Amino acid sequence: MTTPVDLDPFARFRSVTRARIGLGRAGDSLPIRAVLDFQLAHARARDAVHGHVDFAAMADRIGKTMPVIRLKSRAADRSIYLARPDLGRRVDPAALAGVEKGDWDVAFVIADGLSAAAVEAHGEVVLSACVRRLGDLKVAPVVLGEQARVAFGDEAGEALGARIVVVLIGERPGLSVPDSLGAYLTFDPRVGRRDSERNCISNIHADGLSHETAADKIAWLIREALRLGLTGVDLKEDMSGATALPAPL
Amino acid sequence: MPSYSILLGRQRHVFDDLKAVMAAASPEKSGDRLAGIAADTNERRVAARYLLADIPLKTFLEEPLIPYEIDEVTRLIVDSHDASAFSPVAHMTVGQLRDWLLSYECTTAGLSALAPGLTPEMVAAVSKIMRNHDLIVAAAKTSVVTGFRTTIGLKGRLSSRLQPNHPTDDPEGVAGSTLDGLTYGVGDAVIGINPAGDNLEACVRLMELFDRLRQRFDIPMQSCVLTHVTTSIKAVEAGAPLDLVFQSIAGTEAANRGFGVDLKVLREGREAALSLKRGTVGDNVMYLETGQGSALSADAHHGVDEQTIEARAYAVARHLKPLIVNTVVGFIGPEYLYDAKQIIRAGLEDHFCGKLLGVPMGVDVCYTNHAEADQDDMDNLMFLLASAGVNFLIAVPGADDVMLNYQSLSYHDIVSLRHSFGRPPAPEFEAWLYRMGLFDSEGRLAPQASSVARRLIDYHPDVRASA
Repeated sequence: MTTPVDLDPFARFRSVTRARIGLGRAGDSLPIRAVLDFQLAHARARDAVHGHVDFAAMADRIGKTMPVIRLKSRAADRSIYLARPDLGRRVDPAALAGVEKGDWDVAFVIADGLSAAAVEAHGEVVLSACVRRLGDLKVAPVVLGEQARVAFGDEAGEALGARIVVVLIGERPGLSVPDSLGAYLTFDPRVGRRDSERNCISNIHADGLSHETAADKIAWLIREALRLGLTGVDLKEDMSGATALPAPL
Repeated sequence: MPSYSILLGRQRHVFDDLKAVMAAASPEKSGDRLAGIAADTNERRVAARYLLADIPLKTFLEEPLIPYEIDEVTRLIVDSHDASAFSPVAHMTVGQLRDWLLSYECTTAGLSALAPGLTPEMVAAVSKIMRNHDLIVAAAKTSVVTGFRTTIGLKGRLSSRLQPNHPTDDPEGVAGSTLDGLTYGVGDAVIGINPAGDNLEACVRLMELFDRLRQRFDIPMQSCVLTHVTTSIKAVEAGAPLDLVFQSIAGTEAANRGFGVDLKVLREGREAALSLKRGTVGDNVMYLETGQGSALSADAHHGVDEQTIEARAYAVARHLKPLIVNTVVGFIGPEYLYDAKQIIRAGLEDHFCGKLLGVPMGVDVCYTNHAEADQDDMDNLMFLLASAGVNFLIAVPGADDVMLNYQSLSYHDIVSLRHSFGRPPAPEFEAWLYRMGLFDSEGRLAPQASSVARRLIDYHPDVRASA
């Protein structure tokens, strides 16, 4: 029993679980490598939560191809945003005053949510992949939402007069995936919409749903929502040929 | 309802009713602020505490914070109140109860006798005027002992839940985390898994997996698949080897409805598990989970502060004679408990209130990545809870739950607490650990590379045995 693989009694489980098993011990405590690995993962997750999306640079980039509107929520800073989700769900009225209603089929909102890293890594790519698939629809100016939660899109979409709003938002980071993006679709957006009236595509990240597959699903859902006049629990995603959502990690 | 007021210096602080005093007297919680019921100044918070200290305990029997007519939890609390058990403290104010709890006259036996006479509102009230120190010292005097295949809550012992979650319930993956935990002597309270889905078949497969493991190594343990009570009832009907019925519960009828339960279905769940007669040392067959903020998130809090609602959940728990109850203290997020200060305080409050009401309390010492907390804060809370005599704590591999995406304690932490405080696991499980050679003669862990540990780790659960 001196083969190298035998040094790790848990070798057979390594391919079936990412759980931190068989870490070994220093006395009763974790060995230093395991402590530091954990701290690194937590640091990345924390940086994702407290990171800042460079919305100015993002507006410049997106602005080259389509109009952009920058809006803030009513949460003045990150600590208020985390403690008061009610404020993150509402648009700052001052910012809203400049938004004009239009005849739009769909509006996209890129919101920081709980992971700046997710928005920086995947927001624009998913946006343009979606827009490419929706060339025949009237797409509203892109909203960049700062300190914003999902329901922020209800008020922004209502102000724009959009038939449907798609919020691309940073998901709550875990230790294994700090940069997962989610997409929430709401038909006839207005303040007071319930979560059961939305559809969600989650786990858009390097080890999860690819940008192109996510865009396929989002575009399919947008067209179905416009056809049926609804989103939410009554709109089932049964897009043929689409791969199933991966399990959340 | 009478209003309450107090003059502090030149400032008069007025509160509309008892629940406003209770909410304002609470230590700072982001959830109470979100609900719009927190004290808006520090002075007002202390003003509410002065008022609360002088309120007779009897007032809570006369002025329910949530009306009897509209809430079955209130009806349960009022209808099951034991007046004779209450009589030793019936003359006291909230402040006098606090002083008595800390006095030499207050003993473990006295507290056990008193428990049926206390209501959640009384224990919530007294906890609000107690410092962390007081919550620890008073809770350490309590004793709530329960049993199924192990005996949990005995003085001088510390039990643990082994939580082997996996994002797809892969049996090998679950087995890896389970076998790892057993080599640390973790799992004497329960081996409890949060299934990735609520699917009956998948849940039954997990029950069978744990039951085969139990029989293979003759482990005095109980397992639990933390699925909805109605799914557990179906599993019993399907003949699954179910030990404990799990359910999340809350402190109002409306919040429980949000969980898809009421008292009736909870009692049915208990009856279903009792009918199997699988316990050997006791017949406590329920595993219940709670946590501050759940009623607020369901918009079912009736303007009552989150800690008082949480205490009311323990009245629901007490009614069901559970084996274990735990508050998932930091799980729900920073909008309810913002940072480590609030999480630590809530953990100590929940443990104290549960124990005083006669509930076998444990804690999931935990936090999410968007809360202002880290593993150092969990270290603090676990040592404080061990000092307070907590019945059990939850542990996951490396403190990282790869399914629920939050951080708890690691298996190592349980071992560390047991050694630091000299508190071994439940006696039946401890005897098994010695028998297996997983504990040496001094109660220390065998190395994982040792032959006895290898025998356990090399075990292959036959995942298709029942398919």
